[in-house]
Amino acid sequence: MRKLKNIFFVLIFSVIVINSSNSAEKSPPFLETKWTFKGLFGKFDRASLQRGYQVYTEVCASCHSMKYLTYRNLAEKGGPEFSEAEAKAIAASFEVTDGPDSTGEMFVRPAKLSDKFVMPYVNEQEAKAANGGAYPPDMSVLVKARKGGADYIYSLLLGYSEPPEGVELDDGVYYNKYMYGNKIKMPAPLSDDLIEYTDGTKATAEQMSKDVTNFLMWSAEPHLEQRHKTGFRVIAYLIILTVLVYFTMKKIWSRVEPKV
Amino acid sequence: MSDHEYTPSSKFGKWFNDRLPLLTLANHLTDYPTPKNLNYWWTFGGILTFCLITQIVTGLVLAMHYIAHADMAFSSVEHIMRDVNYGWLLRYVHANGASMFFLAVYIHIFRSLFYGSYKSPREIIWILGIIIYLLMMAAAFMGYVLPWGQMSFWGATVITNLFSAIPLVGESITTWLWGGYSVDNPTLTRFFTLHYLIPFLILGLVVLHIWALHVPGNNNPVGIDIKKPSKDTVPFHPYIVIKDAFALLMFCIVFALFVFYQPNILGHADNYIEADPLVTPAHIVPEWYLLPFYAILRSVPDKLMGVVAMLSAILILAALPWLDTSKVRSAVFRPLFRQFYWILVADVLILGYVGAMPAEGLYLLIARVATAYYFAHFLIILPVLGWKEKTTPLPMSITEPVLGGSPNLAAARSDEKIEKTIK
Repeated sequence: MRKLKNIFFVLIFSVIVINSSNSAEKSPPFLETKWTFKGLFGKFDRASLQRGYQVYTEVCASCHSMKYLTYRNLAEKGGPEFSEAEAKAIAASFEVTDGPDSTGEMFVRPAKLSDKFVMPYVNEQEAKAANGGAYPPDMSVLVKARKGGADYIYSLLLGYSEPPEGVELDDGVYYNKYMYGNKIKMPAPLSDDLIEYTDGTKATAEQMSKDVTNFLMWSAEPHLEQRHKTGFRVIAYLIILTVLVYFTMKKIWSRVEPKV
Repeated sequence: MSDHEYTPSSKFGKWFNDRLPLLTLANHLTDYPTPKNLNYWWTFGGILTFCLITQIVTGLVLAMHYIAHADMAFSSVEHIMRDVNYGWLLRYVHANGASMFFLAVYIHIFRSLFYGSYKSPREIIWILGIIIYLLMMAAAFMGYVLPWGQMSFWGATVITNLFSAIPLVGESITTWLWGGYSVDNPTLTRFFTLHYLIPFLILGLVVLHIWALHVPGNNNPVGIDIKKPSKDTVPFHPYIVIKDAFALLMFCIVFALFVFYQPNILGHADNYIEADPLVTPAHIVPEWYLLPFYAILRSVPDKLMGVVAMLSAILILAALPWLDTSKVRSAVFRPLFRQFYWILVADVLILGYVGAMPAEGLYLLIARVATAYYFAHFLIILPVLGWKEKTTPLPMSITEPVLGGSPNLAAARSDEKIEKTIK
């Protein structure tokens, strides 16, 4: 009976958890793909992150900012791990406005490792004006800001199709079966061979979607690898300690009664 | 209490203890006679103390890096997540710590409901607990606002708007709470200040809660009064300390699983979108631990009455020691109450579920029935049960077997009479 009640309480909690994570509207099941960052020892696929950065910078970055990322992040452990020289070269290919200098003038210089990712638009208004009134969201934490996370982003990128019978679309609005309300103002961003990967991987739409989603997952959770590694150690330590404390407890309580 | 006169062995100890009896206190805490039949549901008091300390320590460090300003709060949280050493760990422990805190407090409350721990002579402990619970909800709500995401902003808007339901002065109170004409920077800074203050109020109340507990001593699964110290009790240290430690470690494993492997599952994705007063999210939902009350709020068509119902749902608990008329504490000896207890548990879960759903159609109907049942449980079922229910025989003590024949309730409920009966 007591066991039953324990199970009951665990059920309560899981019901609440599942319920709070599934509470909103239904969309078709997400496209399946294998993510290396999931699981107890989940890690990023380094090569995929580097390709993902290439997709971001050559495709997405023309509209989407990543204002919380810094060029030094690209060389940091647990990320795409470009070499420092590569990261410096990447930074130097962007220009930032700095200043004022000693004469009070603002000046333009190549970006350094310590600079934030350069934004495509000066402000939100300019971004909206250039995109038919829709604001391309900042992508730094986008994966965490969408229900379904990486699976959702991946599916959305591949979810474009002609609208079904009876669905009228305005100009500049596209049909996407994974989008909330199925209407999206971003045209399908990726198509086969849109870019040429520097590492020679064939740039299919699926490949690019997967790489860029990997990259976005990393940008949203830059310490994911460290978190998994630390987590495993912490939990292993706790389990060992729990077992030791359990036997200590048995020993101490045996003075009072045979069973606790 | 049964404390024998305590004298420190060293001369300095005696000198110090005569002036500030800290050693007497430490002696009381280690020797404190505790019923030896406490089960694991009794370990959540210790677990909750751990939760409070964890929240205060992680919160303190987070506050060193957080910026309470509408333009910078969101990015300062990202700064913590990205650039502060182990900032991600601090924040995830703090955010999930709030959920674990509520998980533990709900188990603690429902344990008390099952074993009748709120009944005489423990009413003050119970009421202090309700005040702590209310403060916890306030702290958690204001803490959720601090990251200044979409759910923070709109949650704050919905909850503060509840005050506008108060007749005549409602609007003015809401404006006063906001520090302006909408949720904005002044709201954020005052929420931050209060979020920092409340845990210390809770800490003070926890001291009172434990102090009040140490006057009558712990209730126990059998729910009868026991002689202290006696063969029914064990000293708090090492027996209860080691058992609490074991339970706490088990709890920490679950905690760690959330922090390291599912840190965002209990949160809402929209809170990773920076607050935007011009864009309302499709569904505004509070954190999971407030959902049952949110369901009660929305089940009443009138705004003011909804607020009243929601508040009553919590405050009714404070009257519980007097609403439950049964003389028997533990549900173990109350076959009918036991069934109603589990129905109440299910009822609260259902309320939590519909609280997360849109308030329309079938969900709204279920919410209304569940709300009505919630109040009926406390206002009708409990008082009537106390008069009508035939309880099963109580044992004389934890170690003694159950008495044969008819239950001698009066004897079982009084220390002196137990002694006489045993002699």
